[in-house]
This record gives sequence, structure tokens and C-alpha cells, in this order.
Amino acid sequence: MIAALGLLGMRRLPRLDGDLSIMTRSIIGAALSKFGAALAVLFTVGFASAALAGTGQPSPWQMNMQVPVTESAEFLGAMHNGVNIVIALISAFVLLLLIIVVVRFNEKANPVPSKTTHHTGLEIAWTLIPALILVGIAIPSFRLLTMQVQLPKADITVKAVGHQWYWSYEYPEDQGGGFTFDSYMLSREDAAKANQPALLAVDNELVLPAGKTVVVQVVGADVIHNFAVPSFGIRMDAVPGRLNQTWFKTDREGMYYGQCSRLCGANHAYMPIAVRIVSPDAYASWLTEAKKKFASLDQQNLAIASNE
Amino acid sequence: MYLIFAITAGLVGGFLSIAMRLELQEPGLQYFTNPQTYNVFVTGHGLIMVFFVVMPAVIGGYGNWFVPLMIGAPDMAFPRMNNISFWLLPAALGLLLISLFVEGAPGSNGFGGGWTVYPPLSTMGHPGPALDFGILSLHLAGASSILGAINFITTILNMRAPGMTMHKMPLLAWALLVTAFLLLLSLPVLAGAITMLLTDRNFGTAFFDPANGGDPILYQHLFWFFGHPEVYIMILPGFGIVSHIISTFSKKPIFGYLGMAYAMVAIGAVGFIVWAHHMYTAGLALNTQRYFVFATMVIAVPTGVKIFSWIATMWGGSLRFTAAMQWAIGFIFLFTVGGVTGVVLSNAGLDRNLHNTYYVVAHFHYVLSLGAVFSIFAGFYYWFPKMSGRIIPESIGILHFWISFIGANVLFFPMHFTGLSGMPRHYVDYPDAFAGWNRISSYGSYIFAAGLLVFFYGILRAYLSPVRAADNPWGVGATTLEWTLTSPPPHHQFETLPRIAGGSH
Repeated sequence: MIAALGLLGMRRLPRLDGDLSIMTRSIIGAALSKFGAALAVLFTVGFASAALAGTGQPSPWQMNMQVPVTESAEFLGAMHNGVNIVIALISAFVLLLLIIVVVRFNEKANPVPSKTTHHTGLEIAWTLIPALILVGIAIPSFRLLTMQVQLPKADITVKAVGHQWYWSYEYPEDQGGGFTFDSYMLSREDAAKANQPALLAVDNELVLPAGKTVVVQVVGADVIHNFAVPSFGIRMDAVPGRLNQTWFKTDREGMYYGQCSRLCGANHAYMPIAVRIVSPDAYASWLTEAKKKFASLDQQNLAIASNE
Repeated sequence: MYLIFAITAGLVGGFLSIAMRLELQEPGLQYFTNPQTYNVFVTGHGLIMVFFVVMPAVIGGYGNWFVPLMIGAPDMAFPRMNNISFWLLPAALGLLLISLFVEGAPGSNGFGGGWTVYPPLSTMGHPGPALDFGILSLHLAGASSILGAINFITTILNMRAPGMTMHKMPLLAWALLVTAFLLLLSLPVLAGAITMLLTDRNFGTAFFDPANGGDPILYQHLFWFFGHPEVYIMILPGFGIVSHIISTFSKKPIFGYLGMAYAMVAIGAVGFIVWAHHMYTAGLALNTQRYFVFATMVIAVPTGVKIFSWIATMWGGSLRFTAAMQWAIGFIFLFTVGGVTGVVLSNAGLDRNLHNTYYVVAHFHYVLSLGAVFSIFAGFYYWFPKMSGRIIPESIGILHFWISFIGANVLFFPMHFTGLSGMPRHYVDYPDAFAGWNRISSYGSYIFAAGLLVFFYGILRAYLSPVRAADNPWGVGATTLEWTLTSPPPHHQFETLPRIAGGSH
């Protein structure tokens, strides 16, 4: 479609001498094939970087999104890769046109300017074709959006509360929980000791089972925070006085990190989110342990929460 | 005066950004011992660049100077109003600078809640008076812009030379007309929102306080109802400037004049109904998000029309690569890059992983820093001979362009990568994995800053040299009315009104 526009542009805006057809086509043909080669290089680099991409956390010199581990994040990643190719093509096409213009229509090459100022067909084309490309993008985009926003039936519900500057997590009583705990970032030294990434690792992780649909209720205790886990493809504002909900379901056990994504004051950069996904059995035993561990803290936490 | 003001404010804003890049060059805290100070720098950089650099330069500077010249009017309709409109700005900037030095958040100076000033961080999060100064500063800057907008609308609608119909009017005048309407309709909403914030902070109201029945999301709607048109306020005059430069140095009239004019009208109109695409993660309902995805995508169409029309203007032309022309061509390409990442972000689904990451920072710097700022420099090299009667050597403008072009891309392109891999905005410190690209970005900012030294050297050379500019230094391509006058133009240009003959475009 884009190539067609290019050819159309070439055909309908000849130089004054009118030697348009064969020469311009061969020029654009050659240019397009070179451009194809460049794209191939780009893709190779792209895939190489996808290999570099971390799971659950970023890796050095990463150029693409983190490896998706939920269905909606996979859809998001795939759609982004597709749209990325479209926008790379459009940018390259504009660059190509600019280069052609600079080479062919500079003062030396073309001393007598043409007087063309209108071409209805061309103007309609460059209105309609982008509109069609956008419709093409919009169709998967709306499906993705629906998948993200419409909540499925939850197996497990947890509540994430953003505070200045830490997260606290609440596990409801009727699902074997009934406790609350705070999750603070580890200092660089402690993270190094624990062999975990600095500024992402926390003291108490949000532990959840694999293969279950988890609905996360997100709320802010003081100012607006944002609960985001890139590998899950979720990001939700934690607004005081408003109960936002998002969901995910992953089959892959492991550590998945995220960071607060709404400017919330001095230590905005220091309140990461760390989710540990474990097998359902391990989750059940963790629940029992956590219940004991956090029971003593519970009353204290509730008191703090009610003060805030 | 507006331009000198903008350049001065630009140095302050630029200093803040270099300080930020210095800090971000390595993970960990190097220069900012208190992370809140970094937030204050980010906020100051944003507000200064938007309200005191880009807006005064394109609207106050080029708009006030060249719109009357181009439409054959002796001056703006209300010169005294223009005067107050200017003098409100130094007062506003003064208030903003004071705000940097009084207490904001407990234990630190200045307001560090971002240029969007979201409550509750801007209410309970900053009990000190810093933000009150900030709000009053925005009130003054807003009043200045509203007065300016009234002036532009009156001038353009009533003071065109005989024979200059709306459809023969130069595109810069069209751009400023649309901009003025955007200002007039959007700024009062901002003024309302920040006044509500002011009373929430000081007089016990609870517009945005959920504990007393208010809603923080209401502020976001009000802010972005202003905030989105604001980005077009900054870029539309740039469209006008670039159109004239491209046409002049292609020695061709602009291609698809009517399409160009009405594309700007369309961008302005649609710009008012897309605001909530800044709020995809606020927890909006599914159908609300669907609507804003659709409406936002529509804007890409008139923007595409403009890009292709500029290229078609050059197609078949006889191009001369002056400094101004190189800046303008650079603008077209970089604005395209910024535009297509906007298409990515318009999809709420994709925005789920990109919202408030460095991808967004990259996007809006490509359209504003590389778009609006490049158009300001393009306009500067284009009109400097007319404004001052002096000449900056072309080679200096071209050198400045290439340093800035390389510097800005090295600075902002890697931000796409850090954003995609998940680095959030407003971070004074980051996980080690993001270090590589951040270091590259910082190097880019130093290159860009070095370009500014070349810029000032060029101005210095112009004033030290005895060479004077001709009335029309650019030759046959420069067809708008300002080139028929002396350089610099006299006070009260066009004692007798010029008559515009000939067919329409």
C-alpha cells in the first residue's frame, strides 16, 4: 500500500521535462530494495534484542518490551511488534521521499521549479490510505483493550495499596488469607546480598499461584501511585478514594518486577513491585506460613492504614 | 523582546535538563542528595519550556512580529494590550522562579509534582507555599496568553490588507488564528482547575479531595482538556513557520494550500476531544477508552496530510539548502518520527505497557523538542535578517543544525528503548539494567548543548560584522509581504495599505 502511494506520487508529480515513467520507477524500485535490505538488518537486530530481553525484569541494552508471560501481555507484545513495523515503514518512507527530493530537486539538478500546487487524486490518496492503515491498527487494538479491561471471574483477589513510599498487600480472609503486609524496597547493599536486582527487589514479595486468574484491586492511601508489572502487561493507577481493578493469569513460575509509575513524591523511584509466582501447592503452604508471620503485624498495619 | 525572553528562559530550562541528564548518566544518586530536588527540577524544566520558552517564542515572538507583516497590517490590533501581554510574562516567570526557592514538600524547596500538578500530591503532598507561587505564575502566564489570543483573532479577522481574503492568507496567519482559538477556549479551563486547586489548598474546599467527596480524577479531566490543546498550541505555529520556509527555498508555492489550512483547523478542533488519552491507566470505563482511542487516531490523518504536502511542495522545486531550510527539513523528518510513536501510544492497549515510561518522554520530545524547537530555530535563521537587518553566516546555522540534529537524536532515540523495556518517568535513580542507554542519552544532551554555543556565536558574529541584510535576502521564492519591506521593518509598517491582486491559491 505504501509502495503504491510512492509510485502514485512519482507518476503524478513529474519533473517538467516529463521523462517520468521508466526512470522514476527504476529509482524507486532500487531504493525500495535497498530499503528492504535495511529492514532485514533491523529485524535481525530486533530479534537479537528480543533474546536479550529479560523475563520479569529489564536487561542491559534491551531495546524491546520485557518477555510477556500472560495472554494479554503476549497479545500486547505481538501487536506492538506489528505496529512497530508499520511505523518504521512509514518513517522510512518519509525519509526516502525526503532523500529523493533533496537529490533530484536541488538547485543544481533542477534549476527551474515546477508550478504544480494541486493534485486532487494525490491529496485524496494521502488522506484515505493513512485512514485505512489506522483502521487496520484499530481492529486488534480494540480486541486487546477489551481483553485487558473486562475482568474475568477471579480465582484469587488481592488488594495492592500504594503508600508514600511502599506498597502494602491484603489477602482476603475467605480465600485462606486474612492478613496484610508491607513491601519495602531492599537497599542496594541488601539486594546485592540477596543476589536480586537493585531497586526492584523488596523485603516481602507479593506471592501468588500460577495458573489462576488473579484480580488485583489497586488503591492509593495518600497520593496517586501506579501498580505496574510489564511482563504481565498490567498498569493501573492507585487513586485515593477509588477502587481500580486489573487482572492477570500466568502459567510461568518466577519473579516478576515492576515499578511505581505515577510521580508520587521524593521516593517515587524507590517503591518497586515484586511478584513471585509459585505452584498452587507452594502457594498453599506459603499462605499458612504468611498467616502466622504477618498475624502479629496485622493489627499494627490496620492502625496505620486507618490513620492515613 | 518575546524572543529574547524565550531564549533567556530557555537557558534556565536547559540548565535544569542538563542537571537531570548529569544525574541520570549513572544509576544511584550522584548530584541530587534529596530525590525531591530532582522532581522539582523536572517540574521546573517542563513548566519553563512550555510556558516561557516555546509559547512566547512562537506566539509572542514570530506571531506578533510576522502576522501583521504578512497580512499587510500596520501593527497588531491592540498594541497596548500586546504590551501588557508581554510584561505579564516576566512577572509570571519571576513567580515561578521564586517558587523554586520556597518550601514545597516537607523539608525541601520547590514544587516537585510534575507540570501536570496532579492532586493529591499537589495538595496534601506539598503543604508549603511553593505551589501557590506556581499557580499564580500560571494564572499570569495564562492571562497573558488569553490577551494575546484576543489580539490575534481581532487582527487576523479585521486587519487584513484589501484583497487578502481568508483563503489567500499566509499559512502562518492561519496557524496563529487556530492557535489563538485554542488558547482562548482551553486556558480558562486550566485557570479554573488550578483555582480549584488553590482553594483546595488554602480555603478548605474539597473539589479533588476524596475524603470529603471530591475526586482527583476530575482534576485530570480538567487539566487535560487544557493540556491536550496546549500541545497543538505549541506546534501549530511551527507548522506555519516551516510551511513558509519550505515554500521559499523550493521556489514554489505551498502544495495543497487549502488542505494545509484546513488540516490545521481539523487538528485544532479534534484536539479538543481527545484529552483522556493521557488517562488510559486512571481506571476509565471500557467504552470511554474505546472512544478516546478512536478519536486520537483520527488526528494522525490531517497530520499526515501536512507531512505529505510539505514533501509535495519540495517535489519538482528548485531547492536551496540554507540553514533555515535544513532546520525545516530536519523538522519534517523528526516530527514524523514523533508522530508515528504517537500512533502507538494512542492505542490504550499498547499504552498499558508504555504509559508514564520513557517511551512517552521520547515521543513528546520528538514532537516538542525536535518539532517545536526545531521550528523555532528554523524561523530564527529565516527571519533573523528581516528582524535585525544583519546576517548570521549560513555556515554557522548549518553547523548548529547538524550538531543539534545529531545531539537530539542521540539524546532522545535511546529513550524509546528504555521506555519499551519498562523504565518509568520521573525517576532520579534506576535499576542497573537501564544504565547503558541512559549514559548514551546524557552524552546526547551535552552535544545538543554544545550546539547552543554555536548558535550564540552566530548571533555575536552577525552583530560584530558590518554586513547588512538586503530587504529580501532569499530571492524569488520569498513571496510573503514581509520581504517587500526594509530589513529591519520600520515602526508602523505599511503606511499605505498594500493591495493584494491575483487569483487565489
